[in-house]
Amino acid sequence: MATDMAEPAAAGTDIATEQMTLDDRIWLLRAMLLMRGLEERAMTLYRQGKVPGSFYDGYGQEAVSAGAAFAMAPEDRLCILHRDLAAHIIRGVSPERILAQYMGRANGITAGRDGNVHFGDRHLGCVGMVSMLPDMMLVAAGMAMAFKLRGEPRCALTWFGDGSTSRGDFHEAMNWAGVQKLPVVFVLENNQYAYSTPVAKQYAVDPVERAAAYGFAGVTVDGNDAEAMFEATRAARERAIAGDGPTLIEAITMRMHGHAAHDDMKYVPKEQVEEWRKRDPVERQETRLRELGVDVDAVRADVRAEIDAAAEAALASPMPDPATVTNGVFCEGEPEALGDGVARWSGFAAAEKAVS
Amino acid sequence: MPTLTYLQAISAALRDELRADERVLMMGEDIGVFGGAFKVTDGFIDEFGPDRVMDTPLAESGIIGTAIGAAVVGMRPVCEMQFSDFISCGFDQLVNVAGKMHYRQGLAVPITVRLPSGGGFSGGPFHSQNPEAWFMQSPGIKIVAPSTAEDAKGLLHSAIRDPNPVCFMEHKHLYRRIKGEVPEGIFETPMKARVARAGSDLVVIAYGAMVHTVLEATEDIDGASVEVLDLRSLVPLDTEAILDSVRRCSKVVVVDEANFTCAAGAQVAALIAEKGFEDLDGPVVRVATPDVPIPFSPPLEQAVIPSVERVKEACRDLLEY
Repeated sequence: MATDMAEPAAAGTDIATEQMTLDDRIWLLRAMLLMRGLEERAMTLYRQGKVPGSFYDGYGQEAVSAGAAFAMAPEDRLCILHRDLAAHIIRGVSPERILAQYMGRANGITAGRDGNVHFGDRHLGCVGMVSMLPDMMLVAAGMAMAFKLRGEPRCALTWFGDGSTSRGDFHEAMNWAGVQKLPVVFVLENNQYAYSTPVAKQYAVDPVERAAAYGFAGVTVDGNDAEAMFEATRAARERAIAGDGPTLIEAITMRMHGHAAHDDMKYVPKEQVEEWRKRDPVERQETRLRELGVDVDAVRADVRAEIDAAAEAALASPMPDPATVTNGVFCEGEPEALGDGVARWSGFAAAEKAVS
Repeated sequence: MPTLTYLQAISAALRDELRADERVLMMGEDIGVFGGAFKVTDGFIDEFGPDRVMDTPLAESGIIGTAIGAAVVGMRPVCEMQFSDFISCGFDQLVNVAGKMHYRQGLAVPITVRLPSGGGFSGGPFHSQNPEAWFMQSPGIKIVAPSTAEDAKGLLHSAIRDPNPVCFMEHKHLYRRIKGEVPEGIFETPMKARVARAGSDLVVIAYGAMVHTVLEATEDIDGASVEVLDLRSLVPLDTEAILDSVRRCSKVVVVDEANFTCAAGAQVAALIAEKGFEDLDGPVVRVATPDVPIPFSPPLEQAVIPSVERVKEACRDLLEY
């Protein structure tokens, strides 16, 4: 079922989906600009010593999370990977809380219990990732299993990387989802490197081919095209809801920065980076929108102002109280279920929820 | 009150929960059509159907991981590891995903993991282990280990109704050997220790199958009054009950069927050394399986798992101290 992907097209008015209004297309750009801008700001804060630990970003991969998350309904559930900040933005996490999270502040999503993009706002239907990849594939499969058992028209989606395809949990999740025909979407974010290890050392056969072996569809998508990502995910979600089982979407992209802030990625050939720089996903969406008559500079200015305000608020927010450090290891009382997220796509006109 | 075996009590608890709460589902290898390797879920599939008594692929990480996913969207999965030994294959999901979830993001993971554990029947190195201490070192996971039929039922109800991940250590060697009166219907046994026999000269602290070994070993040691404290729960650990017994008896033997180093009993001994030192009239004595894999051949296995004789000897030596 795997399909060959054409060479990513050069930027232009290549509309990749008929399913979007102009506002939708602008929102996609906005999400990507917010992701890029917030991560740039966080990197500055990291260099100033205000973001502890290391810092991981998704520069150049913004379309993968923006496009896929945009196709998810409020009642769908997401497990989001560390280079997928745009998914959190689309689900409704505010920029202020994202920066507070990076800085280990009390009003970050994990209130300082976990760092960087290791979070998921449970009020918005997201489950935070762990570092052992791709553990969340099984969690997503389990959520989908519950939806199927209860006969609910919902799906679960998770992202994971090329390195993840080498681990056993990839197999267990793919197999489980295939055997039980679960409404789950697996997004393989193939950014060519797992830390310093290139895909040539990771697998002998393109992992999208494996989907057929597990009995479901595998599609390859230009991961640097947000609208193409949306369209592939929308179709996968439709299959899931219709009872036609899982889909593996392989998003071809490139990690343009090091694994984390400390990594100068000397192991990546310069020509490879330069080649991919020409396929920048943000520029691509901007070009598209300019051709459609949108004032992209105004969108950029809006986003910048939002990030400035968020940074100011986050910097003024308190650190967590060390006296609370042993609280909350166990849940006491009734468990609180995951809440619904925000759906930005005009296709989900109903059930919008205020941004948290 | 009906008399049930330890195994029947576990089955009864599971059946009661499936009937009482539609969110509850069983997941495991061979638990449906076959009724489970030990027949704990025998006949369940006929009453509850294959969705709620789910025969899963042979994938322990898959069982725990998907159970976590189902739990966070409102289900109450009860996972069976066919043997507790196989939890090593699901370790990462249990420890890193389930155990840390609530602390990191306030999201509860109400799953129960049933772990048929322990040796004594030539199961060999991969079907006889007592892995509970692995999870005592992992924040966010509760661990209970019943020794009686009544507690097996009551603690299983408590585990399934708890909003956290709970490891339910069910000792295979007790399944059909132990029986007792068990109240009908759903009752939740608190995750606290139980005085299995009151005494004043010495206390032996144990849990699971070792409680029975200890009761037999201490029935008559030259007329000494020996208390037996059944921990029942390892996380949370009932420190108050432990220190109470130490205060009353002043001499302590701690027995583990698990391997010696860093076993649950080591934590109990450390607690007593720190908080009960002034009440002691002798060293805290430990009896456990030495740090070897559980061997297959009967004379070898019997040589490592704490026996009635070894416990008796340890108690006698300490009483004479």
